[in-house]
Amino acid sequence: MRHLDIADLHAGYGSQQILHGVSLSVDRGEVLSLIGPSGSGKSTLLRTLIGLTQPSAGTVSVGGEAVDYARKADLARLRDRMTIVFQQYNLFQNMTVLGNVTVTPVKIRKRPAAEVEARARALLDRVGMGDKCDAYPENLSGGQQQRVAIARALALDPEILLLDEVTSALDPERVGEVLAVIRELAGEGITMLIVSHEMAFVREVSTRVAMMDAGRVVEVGTPAQIFENPTEARTRDFTARIFRH
Amino acid sequence: MDSVLAQAPAFFSAGNIAFVLAALWRTIAMTAIGCSLGFVFGLGIAILRRSTIGWLAPARWLAALYVETFRRVPFLVILIMALFALQPVAPQLSLLAIATIAVTLVATAFLSETIRGGLDSVPRQQWEGAAALNFGAWHTLVRVMLPQAMRVILPPASAFVVMFVKDTSLASHLGVVELTFSGKILVNRGFSPVLGFGVILVLYFALSWPLSIAAARLEKRLAAPRHR
Repeated sequence: MRHLDIADLHAGYGSQQILHGVSLSVDRGEVLSLIGPSGSGKSTLLRTLIGLTQPSAGTVSVGGEAVDYARKADLARLRDRMTIVFQQYNLFQNMTVLGNVTVTPVKIRKRPAAEVEARARALLDRVGMGDKCDAYPENLSGGQQQRVAIARALALDPEILLLDEVTSALDPERVGEVLAVIRELAGEGITMLIVSHEMAFVREVSTRVAMMDAGRVVEVGTPAQIFENPTEARTRDFTARIFRH
Repeated sequence: MDSVLAQAPAFFSAGNIAFVLAALWRTIAMTAIGCSLGFVFGLGIAILRRSTIGWLAPARWLAALYVETFRRVPFLVILIMALFALQPVAPQLSLLAIATIAVTLVATAFLSETIRGGLDSVPRQQWEGAAALNFGAWHTLVRVMLPQAMRVILPPASAFVVMFVKDTSLASHLGVVELTFSGKILVNRGFSPVLGFGVILVLYFALSWPLSIAAARLEKRLAAPRHR
């Protein structure tokens, strides 16, 4: 059984449809990267999976359970198993670093505060932010905020982690520190869907790569297949253009 | 000046002091209760008007009509309207209660717009982040939206309350013996206007000054949590 099964997914904003039938299957523990030009629907796919954009057609199943995005209970259950890290980090500005990481496990999942806090400190240590527990997000650099956002996501023990262009808003110098954290996570058993423009990173970290264009997945393969020997003309075009830089 | 001094002992009699303090209490009650309720109801209206649930559309429309009407009508007119609307249906209501309801009606309309502006100022990423983390509507509002919106809400809201302390003097037109009316009554009893209204002036100042300071303190605390 596939961990995540997406079949003929359509979604968009109002009358503007972005996804025109995305089908994709992801195995447990797999790191699947989505590449493709801007506007091809990569971020919309992640937003639809986590329920921030309503699908208009198609099905999503997690561990064999179909998700009905119109049902609150389904959505809550889905978000207990899957979480997302955003391009703009989306840390809560009114909470400290530690508060951002602990608020969901303690206040939403009602887990014991002391236990959650110890775990949160360990996670923050792991992403190199252990000494910033009491800082507020706006006093941190983008790279630091993004590492906190990753710790916040990990504190939820997600089965599936969505990473939406997590380095796109960062200074070039800060990209490395965030990628290093993700690299470490890959292969730890969390299923990951990564949207990224860092092609060298995608190639190194992914078990498979999916090429998206115009709201569809045009090709899926191993990094070697996609980057060296793509079958689709659209993928060839895209990778050729990327690697010319 | 001599006559003012000569009058002073008689003016500051225990009876007069009790009379003015009772009036001061009515001014405080109208402002505090009216503006507090106005904040709660205003928050409700602000949330309603931001909601996107389809079947609430008529309620949103009514809320908009209410806000736009009550912000445009002079407070005195609302006071008189409240008197004539409420007395036949609830004759047991005191004039003070009716005036407090009128304050609530106006404060709700004004504060709902202030609160709506504050909620709108919180970036979309904040509530999307909360939604993705399984926050329900209540947790999103109380833990994420309001704490951030308060920085924007508080300065105009506190200015509104400080201003409204003075506007409650219009309730004297209904016969509520609030601060201004009490001064007028004492002057009518033959005391010097310098004495009568001088005391009232000092009391209004004593009321709104600490209010402004408290608001400024609160603003500072909310505006800069990161520097604590």
